[in-house]
Amino acid sequence: MTLIDLANPTRFLALTARLLPWLAAATVILLAIGLYQSASAPDDYQQGATVKIMFIHVPNAWLAMFVWGVMSIASLGTLVWRHPLADVAAKAAAPIGAAFTFLALLTGSLWGRPMWGTYWEWDARLTSVLILFLMYLGLMALWRAVDDPSRAARAAAVLTLVGAINLPIIKFSVDWWNTLHQPASVMRMGGSALDKSFLIPLLVMAIAFTLLFVTLHLAAMRNEILRRRVRSLQMMQASQKAA
Amino acid sequence: MTMSLGPYASFIVTSYAAAALVVAILIGWVMLDYRSQTQRLRELEERGITRRSGRSATELR
Repeated sequence: MTLIDLANPTRFLALTARLLPWLAAATVILLAIGLYQSASAPDDYQQGATVKIMFIHVPNAWLAMFVWGVMSIASLGTLVWRHPLADVAAKAAAPIGAAFTFLALLTGSLWGRPMWGTYWEWDARLTSVLILFLMYLGLMALWRAVDDPSRAARAAAVLTLVGAINLPIIKFSVDWWNTLHQPASVMRMGGSALDKSFLIPLLVMAIAFTLLFVTLHLAAMRNEILRRRVRSLQMMQASQKAA
Repeated sequence: MTMSLGPYASFIVTSYAAAALVVAILIGWVMLDYRSQTQRLRELEERGITRRSGRSATELR
């Protein structure tokens, strides 16, 4: 099945119905393994048990950026290829991305208080992630504010692509500016700085949260397709009444 | 298994609890939204408003 085949919403819904139970099961199993490994991970020699917050914070922070990346590709699909499901994909991803970004900010704050002595600091990493969160909220407001779905789709796609500039700023903020936030310790030149006892649970949790996103995203896309069917049937009903 | 979380246990537990709550809200939102959309489609079809193709709008397969 190609991407063009999935342009047919009915075919996409059929695929989603087949995939969702398997994805949900895989997510639950991986989350259970990840949580067990996180609970069993040793304390850090400097941070003590607070290192366990990393297993929640880092996957959410990665997904906060990954989801915007998915929305950016979908926005290209809307503007360049005019793929019928591209806008559906972007719109369905936004609330999920906002939730992951909120969790990244909240757990980072809860990790920062015992480690840095403060819940919040207006440094480059924290501020750029806060901007990402506000952009998610702005996009969701834009979709709600514009009545015509195709106009809303184009405006949201442009805003998403402009907002994608923030992704490299978030990623490299810890290298470009002096920040309280530590530099990259997993994806960096020379390999991960983390010991395997931390790295393995972290990667399992990251995969589990990514699967959670894929599952929720497919389900939210299915809902958005159904919402558009409701809208078109309601318009048919209104035109029948008028005639 | 007993787990000692040290002096900052409340920060760790709050982080995991918040993540669980937000994920539960996301799952609940997706499930309730699905139920709401299929219900609205069924109501429209019961009133005789059907798709041009004649297929049920709630048809997933």
